[in-house]
Amino acid sequence: MSSALLLVVGGLTAVGLYFLTGRSLSRVVLGYSLLGHAAVVALVVAGGSAGEAPIVGQAEPQDMSNPLPQALTLTAIVISFGLTLFLLALAKRQRVLSGDDLVEDDLEDRRIADPDAPPAPDDAGGADHAESEHPADAAAAGAVASGTEGT
Amino acid sequence: MTALISIAVIAPLLGGGVSLALRNHRSWRDAAVLSGLGLPAASALVMLAAVAADGTHTVAVGGWAPELGIVLVADMFAALMLPVALTTIFVVEIFAIGQRRARWGADPALSGPLMCVLTSGVSLAFLTGDLFTLFIAFELILVSSYVLLTHQGAAGQVRSGMTYVVMNLLASTLFLFGVAFVYSATGTVNLALLAERIPQLGDGVRFGIGTWFLVVFGTKAAVFPLFSWLPDSYPTAPTTITAVFAGLLTKIGIYAMIRFHTLTVMDDLGPVMLMVAAITMVVGGLGALAQSDIKRILSFHVISQIGYMLMGLGLFSVAGTAAAILFLIHIMPVKAVLFLVGGLIENNEGSSSLDRSGGLAARKPLIAVMFAVPALSLAGIPPFSGFVAKLAVVSAAIDASATVAVVAALVAGALTLLSMWKIWNAVFWSRPAADPSPGPAVRSGAKTMHSATALAVIGTLVVSLLAGPLLDLSTQAAEDLRDRSVYIEAVLP
Repeated sequence: MSSALLLVVGGLTAVGLYFLTGRSLSRVVLGYSLLGHAAVVALVVAGGSAGEAPIVGQAEPQDMSNPLPQALTLTAIVISFGLTLFLLALAKRQRVLSGDDLVEDDLEDRRIADPDAPPAPDDAGGADHAESEHPADAAAAGAVASGTEGT
Repeated sequence: MTALISIAVIAPLLGGGVSLALRNHRSWRDAAVLSGLGLPAASALVMLAAVAADGTHTVAVGGWAPELGIVLVADMFAALMLPVALTTIFVVEIFAIGQRRARWGADPALSGPLMCVLTSGVSLAFLTGDLFTLFIAFELILVSSYVLLTHQGAAGQVRSGMTYVVMNLLASTLFLFGVAFVYSATGTVNLALLAERIPQLGDGVRFGIGTWFLVVFGTKAAVFPLFSWLPDSYPTAPTTITAVFAGLLTKIGIYAMIRFHTLTVMDDLGPVMLMVAAITMVVGGLGALAQSDIKRILSFHVISQIGYMLMGLGLFSVAGTAAAILFLIHIMPVKAVLFLVGGLIENNEGSSSLDRSGGLAARKPLIAVMFAVPALSLAGIPPFSGFVAKLAVVSAAIDASATVAVVAALVAGALTLLSMWKIWNAVFWSRPAADPSPGPAVRSGAKTMHSATALAVIGTLVVSLLAGPLLDLSTQAAEDLRDRSVYIEAVLP
């Protein structure tokens, strides 16, 4: 087991978690992909020390590196790649709706915490669903909603 | 039997694919989705009968040895969960198809196939015999849930969807780290082998693994203090999607916890689980009282009810585990029905906010009845299924003299009743709002929605009626889980 790889896992996890706590979605995407890399490297470390390629006929079984963690790693890489793309799409959607990619507050929650605050735009109720009937209009409606939130 | 187990995983995927290909032919598309969801539900019922008759069945996928390949294991626990979960999804999908014309509905051309993928993940999560495939099953469920939650792209959905996605991505990454830890400690991800090897590890490593997976599955299950994403994101999705999420997703976290922590004998984590369970129940109940929107109240109840199941598991006794299993059987349909009724109310009142509803009991007595039955059941009033399930949990806790947890469970029960009363009062009894029916009362498909909900209510009543036999089966499942040799010998002959 290599201590250099362990340090890499630690470093990637630390930086990834730091980015993940940010409010900007583009940072979150970066944080998630760093964390995903850290997990993948951890899986590789878990497979034990490196050896010959695990192909029958090219090396003796005792010299081969363990193929199972590599298979798990490949699966994990594919999943994290797909999800990174999804997160990017979500960040883009948020940018279209509100002009930036920051994670916003839960308005309904704020309203209950502070009953004197001005009534929030209908967050969980009708307004959203009315928009959802015409997804194309949602961007415009979202822009209006974020305008009222700013006041 | 091999065919039955495979159908539960593969049929939904096939149905989803066919439905996506036929998305321009409405009736064929819906038929593909319904058969993709109905076939596994039917096969799960047959599977339950088969497992009850002659014990655990396993399928080695691709004919690999269990140490090397993927095994699917249908033991009593999995066989009990599968029919309940799959039938719940099936009924909700009927509601969704009825709702396609309504303003509040999800687009069935997209949500039907996604629901199929989610169902396949649910089946796989129940049946899988190794930790990494459990990770894959979680990803199948979560990826489709991300898309279901945000595919309409409305502002509220994207906002809360982001919290949901990021929290669950973090939990999935932690899961992957956990798999790495387990693999480096034991050299396997097969659950049966883990059941043999993890108890032999040193205390430090064992607790490390147990606590790590408590956090991972706890985030999926939304236990205190890892629940913040749930009440924010669930209410923004269309009714049918929320119903499936609330009915199933968190329960699969609990399922994984029961499976993993009993197989690897984490009995020493019991006190921690009981404490977390007690706080979860009370915090969820208090959170629900503060809300003023039906869907948000119900979302906080999802959290509160999770506490009961964690409490049953945390006792680490046969009675406690059996109670947790019975509670899972009770809560999946009840929770889904409550959200479906919430959708019906929203359809009639134009909003799920308590302030804008009123007097519905006089105008729509059927909806009032369909709300009252699962609501009383959720609060644990006899003779409904919730009473039996809560009684089982509490009496198991009294046997184990876990006083704090018992008190918390009773307090949470009272809080649940209070907030159900709050909904009842505001929606069904209070004076109608100035404009009593803002939306057109009858839409096409309303009949389908009402009959789907009625069907689901009848389903919860069937669970109440069969509570005795179900408790026997749950006890048998719990004995097998606690004994462990049943599972190990079935997988590693």
